[in-house]
Amino acid sequence: MKGYNFAYLDEQTKRMIRRSLLKAVAIPGHQVPFGSREMPLPYGWGTGGIQVTASVLGPDDVLKVIDQGADDTTNAVSIRRFFARTAGVRTTTITAEASVIQTRHRIPETRLREDQIIVYQVPQPEPLYRLEPSRVETRRMHSLSDYGLMHVKLYEDIARYGQISISYDYPVLVNQRYLMSPSPIPAFDNPKMDMMPALQLFGAGREKRIYAIPPWTQVRSLDFDDHPFRTINAPHPCGLCGATDSYLDEIVTDDRGGRLFVCSDTDHCAQRRQAGHVGTDGMREAAE
Amino acid sequence: MTQETLLSARGLSLSFGSIPALVSVNVDLWFGEILGVVGESGSGKTTLLNVLSGRMKPDSGAVWYRDPAGRLHDVHQMPAPALRTLHRSDWGFVHQDPRQNLRMGVTAGGNVGERLMAQGARHYGDIRAQALDWLTQVEIDADRIDDLPRTFSGGMLQRLQIARTLVTHPRLVFMDEPTGGLDVSVQARLLDLIRTLVARLKIAVVLVTHDIAAARLLAHRIAVMQRGRVVETGLTDQVLDDPQHPYTQLLVSSVLTA
Repeated sequence: MKGYNFAYLDEQTKRMIRRSLLKAVAIPGHQVPFGSREMPLPYGWGTGGIQVTASVLGPDDVLKVIDQGADDTTNAVSIRRFFARTAGVRTTTITAEASVIQTRHRIPETRLREDQIIVYQVPQPEPLYRLEPSRVETRRMHSLSDYGLMHVKLYEDIARYGQISISYDYPVLVNQRYLMSPSPIPAFDNPKMDMMPALQLFGAGREKRIYAIPPWTQVRSLDFDDHPFRTINAPHPCGLCGATDSYLDEIVTDDRGGRLFVCSDTDHCAQRRQAGHVGTDGMREAAE
Repeated sequence: MTQETLLSARGLSLSFGSIPALVSVNVDLWFGEILGVVGESGSGKTTLLNVLSGRMKPDSGAVWYRDPAGRLHDVHQMPAPALRTLHRSDWGFVHQDPRQNLRMGVTAGGNVGERLMAQGARHYGDIRAQALDWLTQVEIDADRIDDLPRTFSGGMLQRLQIARTLVTHPRLVFMDEPTGGLDVSVQARLLDLIRTLVARLKIAVVLVTHDIAAARLLAHRIAVMQRGRVVETGLTDQVLDDPQHPYTQLLVSSVLTA
């Protein structure tokens, strides 16, 4: 696009962000401050993720953007088009074809590879912020790995509800050292972060923080020995492709209690349907 | 009792501007001993407590602490992580206002369990069992374990704070006016509780109080402070029954006897 630098940000800004990224990769899970820029979209829509993507994107990259697992939601479509226009890179919806994946709220069901980078949009990088309002204090807690407070929260959940009730943004310990917010992905996706072959980058634009998990790094979800971490998923197969192992969205279909459970990862669902898998609702659709 | 001290301070001085809060104070504390620090308000008692526990740096002087392995540590030269570890395992701090120490939005059980979890306890059942045990020991009903501290009375809050502090079996506890702000009958019960627990667990205590009666009941030895100086030290009964320093005489004679 004329009048803009490649991928929107100027080269000096990208250098600054890359320096923070390098530091973040060197200290897995540690939040590195960076000079977040104003972006042409509001805070909370992925300004942090966009800046990280812009800094790692090259002309040969293939970009995929998902929002809640879907390629066709407003946020995903806008960001994909933004980079198609400002960087001229090829975009895709197929996970296996992408070299850079920017995501909000999900990790794709397809296993990522070593030559891929996944960029998370992060609203709140500080996992302790609901428990300890002072940033000075949370920084001290991180530096001393004093994470008893996070376990107090888990204890409280079990005492009150009989189980750990965190269903998304479930806190993890990275490389046995730093407590980290995995961004608001469902706890269902947490195990995918552990020993992931792809590089994981996290950008929080409003909070001006970057953090990262290098490939093949241990990521452990916090739990108790007698209340181990469990993933929760709706006890249904996908209505369209019949998948039983993917994360499902519940869609209300009418006002008489009708509902449809479908894969939240639209690419995963489409691939399966192409391969001939059909769910119960998919069959009904075909019959009609 | 061994010859070696648990905590000893030499030549502690600290002034806030032109106001001397501590003037070359020496303190020795042996294992399992309760040292009462008495004096009127503004005499430097709380400052002494803060300096001894490493929360405040003195202008001069040093505080030495002997760890369970027998090694001596200069409290003010220790790296921050080591001091923090000390504070959440080997040491305890009981504030006058329990709200400063407790998490008011966390249940009683969670409050008691926090120090255990900070030390790495990761078994919910064990943590809960220990919390229950400690609530019983400080005479809080077991069925209040899942209640928030804000529903507790002042006396219960103070007892909860004591349970939270003692759950990790510290060897040394700093207490800042633990019975302040409570009515007399609750005070008596609390003092009795502290005395029983401390004697059973053989905890050394630095007890700061302006209440001579509380000091007489709990402390083995007493240090009397006036304007930042320790003017008299000795066995509790000796000091209180036969005060030598004019200020101690004044202090003892001003106590109303019922």
